Amino acid sequence: MTDQHSGTLEPYEVFRQEKEGGPMIHGGNVLAPDPELAVHYARELFARRSESTRLWVVRRADVHVLDDPDLLDPPLDRSFKKPGGYVMRDKLAAARGRAGTAKPGARAASHDTTGRRTGKTG
Amino acid sequence: MTDPLALDPVLPVRERSERPWNLDLPHDERFAHFEAHVTAGGKIEATDWMPDEYRTAVLRFVEMHGNSELMGVLPEREWIMRAPTLRRKLALTAKVQDEAGHALLLYRVAEDLGKSREAIIEDLLAGKTKFHNVFHYPTHSWGDIGIIAWLVDAAAIVAQQALRDSSYAPYARTMQKICWEESVHIMHGRDVVVTLVNGTAGQRDMVQEALNRWWGPLMQMHGPRSDRAKDRDLHWRIKAKTSEELRQEFLAIYVPRIRELGLVIPDPELRYDEAAGEWRYTEPDWDELRTVVTNHGPRSEARLEFRRLNRDETRWVRETILAGSPAVAA
Ligand SMILES: [Fe+2]
Ligand SMILES: [Fe+2]
Repeated sequence: MTDQHSGTLEPYEVFRQEKEGGPMIHGGNVLAPDPELAVHYARELFARRSESTRLWVVRRADVHVLDDPDLLDPPLDRSFKKPGGYVMRDKLAAARGRAGTAKPGARAASHDTTGRRTGKTG
Repeated sequence: MTDPLALDPVLPVRERSERPWNLDLPHDERFAHFEAHVTAGGKIEATDWMPDEYRTAVLRFVEMHGNSELMGVLPEREWIMRAPTLRRKLALTAKVQDEAGHALLLYRVAEDLGKSREAIIEDLLAGKTKFHNVFHYPTHSWGDIGIIAWLVDAAAIVAQQALRDSSYAPYARTMQKICWEESVHIMHGRDVVVTLVNGTAGQRDMVQEALNRWWGPLMQMHGPRSDRAKDRDLHWRIKAKTSEELRQEFLAIYVPRIRELGLVIPDPELRYDEAAGEWRYTEPDWDELRTVVTNHGPRSEARLEFRRLNRDETRWVRETILAGSPAVAA
């Protein structure tokens, strides 16, 4: 045994992956005296039904949190950073009018959002 | 550096994810921000500031829920060794482990709100806190185990599904996982019941008698009708539905499924009132509910005593975990 037992229980956050290649999703947390037992508890609580392909078990104290809205959600209009921030349907129609061209078929491959019905702005 | 707020265009404050109750404001202002957020359907995290009223209410609710999961394994545990087949034994064992796991998950939520597991267990064993009425009764036959897993868990899942909308986000997330496991329990219980009704006359009677025994407690389980305006748990959106809404939902789904099997629900008043759009039933025995949940039920003391015994017997495990393992070190 390499870890010293500190004699106190600490929360460990558990992240689970549901299938290979998938994202790690927060599952919950366990209380344990050391990482080794935390992993065992996490296995019992979050992976005993073959519902996880991988677990990450992280000491809560080692999680660095950023939730400052001034940094994450600045009060400025940042719609130019999102695909939905560009609404050009009318401008495209005008351009087609000037060029005398037709609208391409709906199935034409597209990597932008001009073909979508709803583009959330903001 | 340019002040970002001096730049144009600036979004209105309302559209930002600011959590003003976390700011260093006078208590009343914080309280007002918090209350407005929660009553509008907003979520609260464990790291948020919260008024004592809210913290206490969530803690009390989650603790009672956790206690019920922990005590709820005892009636079923009594049947593991008596399960009729190996598959049933495995399924029942898995269910018991799930329920103990639910208690653990819920106690984690409660611990993050400030009450230690030690104190939670202490209060439960001292009779200071409660657990659900249905776990204060004895089990008489394998039929009871089918009815418990099917209908007690069904009545519970109706309430638990509504709790996935709880304003307290760690609780709501925990309920996602718990509901997923509960749905397996219900299938297990329903399968036990359907198997028995397809069996001999004796097996059929066994289920009917179990239903007769459990119907009363099931109808009491969600509690008496309450005044929506006075219910603090509803106000804080800790829970989303009243007891009567939950009972109606339970009846709407399960009365037809019980009758489908040819079982008779032991309430001559039970019927669906088309005009009112709700189920009518004999008023549940609320005195019995009060008697039972205050630990005066037929098995209350025995189940608590079993927990006390169990706690003493496993003390060495907890002590070993905290002290390190001398056996391994030696
Ligand atoms: Fe459960
Ligand atoms: Fe269950």
